[in-house]
Amino acid sequence: MDHLDQLEAQSIYLMREAYHSFSNLCMPWSMGKDSNVLIWLSKKAFCGKIPYPVLHIDTTYEFPEMLEFRDWALKEYDLDLIVKINEDARSGRGAYTASVGYETHDPVTVTHELKTVALQQVMAERKFDALITGIRRDEDPTRAKERYFSPRNADFEWDYKDQPPEFWNQFTTAQEPGEHIRVQPLLDWTEVDIWRYIEREEIPIPQMYFARPDEDGKFYRFRSLGCWPITKPVESKASNIPEIIAELMITKTSERAGRAQDHHERNAMQKLRAKGFM
Amino acid sequence: MPAATQSNPQSAIHNPLSAKLRIVIVGHVDHGKSTLIGRLFHDTNSLPEGKIEQIRKASEAEGMEFEFAFLLDALLEEQAQNITIDTTQLPFRTDKREYVIIDAPGHKEFLKNMVTGAASADAAILLIDANEGIQEQSKRHAYLLSLLGIRQIVVAVNKMDLVGYRQERFEKVRSDYTEFLTKLGIEPLHFIPVSAKLGLNITKNSPELSWHKGPAILEALDSMQISVPPEGQPLRFVLQDIYRFDERRILAGRIETGTLKVGQEIVFWPDGKGSRVKSIEEWNAKTPPTEATVGESVAITLEEQIFVERGDVGGPPDHGPAEGREIHASLFWLQEESLPLNVPFTIKLATQSVEARLVEITRVLDSSTLEPLAGSPGIIHKNEVADVRIRARKPLAFDRHDRINETGRFVIVTGKRIGGGGIIREAEYQDEKRLAGADENLTWTISPVTPDLRAEHFGHRGAVLWLTGLSGSGKSTLAVALDGQLHRRGISSFILDGDNLRHGLCSNLGFSPGDRSENIRRAGETARLLAEAGLVVICSLISPFRADRENVRKICLRDGIPFAEVFVNAPLEVCEERDPRGLYKKARTGEIKEFTGISSPYEPPVEPELELRTHEHSLPNTLSDLMHFAVELSRIPEPRVAEELARGSGI
Repeated sequence: MDHLDQLEAQSIYLMREAYHSFSNLCMPWSMGKDSNVLIWLSKKAFCGKIPYPVLHIDTTYEFPEMLEFRDWALKEYDLDLIVKINEDARSGRGAYTASVGYETHDPVTVTHELKTVALQQVMAERKFDALITGIRRDEDPTRAKERYFSPRNADFEWDYKDQPPEFWNQFTTAQEPGEHIRVQPLLDWTEVDIWRYIEREEIPIPQMYFARPDEDGKFYRFRSLGCWPITKPVESKASNIPEIIAELMITKTSERAGRAQDHHERNAMQKLRAKGFM
Repeated sequence: MPAATQSNPQSAIHNPLSAKLRIVIVGHVDHGKSTLIGRLFHDTNSLPEGKIEQIRKASEAEGMEFEFAFLLDALLEEQAQNITIDTTQLPFRTDKREYVIIDAPGHKEFLKNMVTGAASADAAILLIDANEGIQEQSKRHAYLLSLLGIRQIVVAVNKMDLVGYRQERFEKVRSDYTEFLTKLGIEPLHFIPVSAKLGLNITKNSPELSWHKGPAILEALDSMQISVPPEGQPLRFVLQDIYRFDERRILAGRIETGTLKVGQEIVFWPDGKGSRVKSIEEWNAKTPPTEATVGESVAITLEEQIFVERGDVGGPPDHGPAEGREIHASLFWLQEESLPLNVPFTIKLATQSVEARLVEITRVLDSSTLEPLAGSPGIIHKNEVADVRIRARKPLAFDRHDRINETGRFVIVTGKRIGGGGIIREAEYQDEKRLAGADENLTWTISPVTPDLRAEHFGHRGAVLWLTGLSGSGKSTLAVALDGQLHRRGISSFILDGDNLRHGLCSNLGFSPGDRSENIRRAGETARLLAEAGLVVICSLISPFRADRENVRKICLRDGIPFAEVFVNAPLEVCEERDPRGLYKKARTGEIKEFTGISSPYEPPVEPELELRTHEHSLPNTLSDLMHFAVELSRIPEPRVAEELARGSGI
């Protein structure tokens, strides 16, 4: 087994543990590269049948190409897809006195309301007891401290100061009332691992990850994908996976450098995550 | 994989598919772990752009000079308190290969995080402050590394700049720590003097520490090996789930050791049902696989539809795991709430999950000193390490941890959280010869009459009372009287007398230390058999050597037989004066050689379950104490109370 085989085997093991341990499991899916690797691993883990719904939290600020990809993948993979929008926040109804959006609010607030709160709403509606997420340790220092099975309390808070022990492939699978568990099968993967795996397995991904020319004559590609108003491409000529990997091997720019909400203030990511962001 | 890495040291850079070495950095709080990691990242050019600037800002905001530790201690609280709360994992590269660094917290409070981080490591750096020397966590962490099975260890003696780079200071730490580590069976690969703060002896040897002839940290790391599953082990296919998405019945699980081939015979433990592998299922495979190997998560179908369930361990018919309801283990406890005897918990071993309880705590160690705690332990507290006997409600399939690691360790869950972990010290295999020199073809015959059924029949359980003491101390007198009293009370008992045994079973043995040991071993095995048959066995043997008596204790406990060492204690003068058979006289004249107490030593028990001072108390009183003790020992325990409680509360 090579390194990718080992990562794949461990992720599959984790997903199968999750499927056994929880009665109402759901897998958020952003259509990004990591998310699509999760879909692929789910197919492998369950012999071609994904036995839980996938969830797209639609912020209404999605790139059109991503939505096209979503509709294509829905059929291709035979997904049980849930699309969730925080309608109250967008239209200023219910608990909201005004519409929440990037036009009027800062990115941390919008991310929280349109992603985290939307997730809370759908969790309450569907009573999911666990989520399979695609976060990786190398993305961000706070994610580096994550567990494979990580409990969140009823308010979605992550008690990172008192996390349960996790070793020898034994996980926290029992929940206190109101808790849900985040199952994170890609924790050990790095950005390069993800790309090598996509290349090896020929996993379909949105084309926005590959470099394209812009009006200024330079080439740009997206390294990480989020809401269009706050997600900037990086200058790059990498137009295929080997070129992307070659670029990653020498870059010193962090993966989420193009994601505005992370850099809004010091420890922004930690604050978002403590409140339930993935 | 590691072989490829070795043959081409540059391959990691060009081939990011190569495996990463996982290193955990542990040690006492403030001995500089996070700083060392920050330094490694900085000096190997592994930091993303802008990170140094970010750390500088963060350091200034906290009113400190440039602080490497901030790289990892990215969480707000940690920056304010300047300690690492949770384990952090970050990848970095050297010219030779890729690494994942695991930073584990040094605070005692966060031991569970240290264990979480360290359990997955291939190798460890133990950091010690040159100035402070060995501290509590330096010892505790080393002990946990040994329990977690991490063998590649480098000791970095840090903050050499604060002790004027003095070699004497380094050597002192080295010799102190070596002495401690030897007790744990840990042999560090290197001791390296460093200054993480100043970057000395990190990437290369530094002139300030020119007296150090060994490698710098990076060179030491590059020489370490990535753990690979040992080859040639028997198959352990750990069953996670049964899927029935279509007409097929698919068994999903992981191959923890060995290999699995289509067509091979496979038996599932603990039940022992067998079939053959019909297929290995793989989605999107160009050709269906016919073989799967160690580490793979696979899905298989069987030729015959046998009943198997999650938790079962598949193996070859002739080399399966051990099975049973009792486990002898070393345990570490991480949870605030203590772990007492006889209170039910869940044991999770591979994918098995069974209710169990502690039936015996043999000893508890303070993991920071490795000294056994005084008194008879009835409970294990947070951060303690203990040797225990666990009894499960249902049979488990398991291995001895030094034979197969993955099925030789377990965690204990109380409430909703993992509270601690353990490694299995003993396991009896059907395929393993039980006695030295036994024929390989011997197998165990297992009767349908279980020990519980036997105990029910007798109204008490079998047990071994081991009376040890000098000749003339009163063993035989007490044994005979006890036998009579037990009989009158309806308890089936039997006496094994040292002298009697020497007429038959042990007639070919003399009185040399070797023969004495063998004599005791035979007596012990016989006592175990009789106790297994349901009797309370009263053994009356001088048995002068501690090791021999401990061996008998092991023989009994291994099979779940209650064992008690009873020290029949009378001073030598008193025994010699009693001299009921005139043996002391003969020993004094030299007529008897190697007579215990005269010309051969007697090692008194250290912690006997019962001590009887026959020269201080009357025979009826002594006998009454012994009788009371024997009745209690043979009483069928009532853990059922605890179990009923647990069932009632729905655990």
